[in-house]
Amino acid sequence: MGLESALGDGYMTTKIDSLVNWARSNAAWPMPMGLACCAIEMMAFAGPKYDASRFGSEVMRFSPRQSDVMIVAGWVNYKMSHAIRRIWDQMPDPKWCIAMGACASTGGMHRCYGVVQGCDNFLPVDAYVSGCPPRPDALLHALMKIQDKIRTEHSVMLDT
Amino acid sequence: MALQLNESLQKVVDGLSEKFTDSLLDVYQSSGDTFVRVAAEANVKICRYLKNDHRFIYLSDVFGTDRFTSEDRFEVVYNLVSLRDQQRLFVKVWLPEENPEIESVTSIWESANWFERQTYDMFGVRFTNHPDMRRIYMPEDFEYFPLRKEFPLLGIPGSIELPSSTPDTE
Repeated sequence: MGLESALGDGYMTTKIDSLVNWARSNAAWPMPMGLACCAIEMMAFAGPKYDASRFGSEVMRFSPRQSDVMIVAGWVNYKMSHAIRRIWDQMPDPKWCIAMGACASTGGMHRCYGVVQGCDNFLPVDAYVSGCPPRPDALLHALMKIQDKIRTEHSVMLDT
Repeated sequence: MALQLNESLQKVVDGLSEKFTDSLLDVYQSSGDTFVRVAAEANVKICRYLKNDHRFIYLSDVFGTDRFTSEDRFEVVYNLVSLRDQQRLFVKVWLPEENPEIESVTSIWESANWFERQTYDMFGVRFTNHPDMRRIYMPEDFEYFPLRKEFPLLGIPGSIELPSSTPDTE
C-alpha cells in the first residue's frame, strides 16, 4: 500500500472486515450435534488423522454458548428437532450450520413418519455434505466451504 | 401338519389344553417356533399359569400386528422364554378393530410395561390395569397410530409440530 515505509517495521494495514473474518474463519468451533452413525465420522474428523485443528475447528464445544458451527450429524426425528432448534437458538451470532450426511440433508433412507425430511426444515443450513456416512474429508471440505463463506461476509456493521 | 413338540413344550401344550380347554384356540408351529392362540379374556390367567407352572419367567417381547382383516383385525403377540427348559413360546391374542383392549400382563412380568406402551403407541391397542398407559415414542398429542396399515408411510403432513424457525428475540 506504500504506507509500510512511513510506518516502519511491525505494522500491517488491513481492513477491519478482513481481520475479523480471518479470525472468525480460523476459529470456527463446532457444536457436535451427533445423532447417529455420522457422529463417528465426525469424531474422526476431529481426531488426529484428519485433524480439524488444522482449520482451527478442533475445539468441540458441548455448550452452545461457546460454539460457532453446528454440525448436524445424523437423522433428526420430530421429537429431537425441538431440542436441536433450542440449542441452535442458544448459540451466539454469528453462527453457521452444516447438515452432515444424507439423513440430515434430506431424511435419507429414513423416509418415514417419524423423521424430519431434512434438517433445513427448521434450521438455516449453510453447507450440505453428501454421503452415508460421508468421509471425514468430506466434512473437512464442508468446513472449508464455511470458511470461504465467512471470509466473504461483512463482519462489521454500523450500529444504527 | 402334526406338531413336532419336544418334551417340555409338549407338557406346556398338554397342560394348557387340560386347564384352559375353552380358551386355547389354536396351536401351530412355524419356522421352528411354537405358537398358541388364546382367548383375550383368559390371557392373563394363561400367562400367569405359564410363568408359575412352566417357568416362562422371561417375557422377551410384546408386539402388535395389524392383520388387516375384517374380523379380529389386531393381534398381540407375547414372546415368552423359559430359561430353565431353554424353550420359547409365542402366545397370540386376536382383538377386534373397534376399541381393541386387553388386560395388561405387567402384574406378571414388569418388563411388559414398555412393550405394552409401544404396542399402544403403534397400533392403538389399549392395555387395562397398566400402571402408565402413555405413548412411548410419538409425541403425546399425536392422534394417529403409525403402524396401522391405513397410516401413510410418510405420515400425515402437519400432524407433528416442527420447532418455530422464527423464535422470539430480544
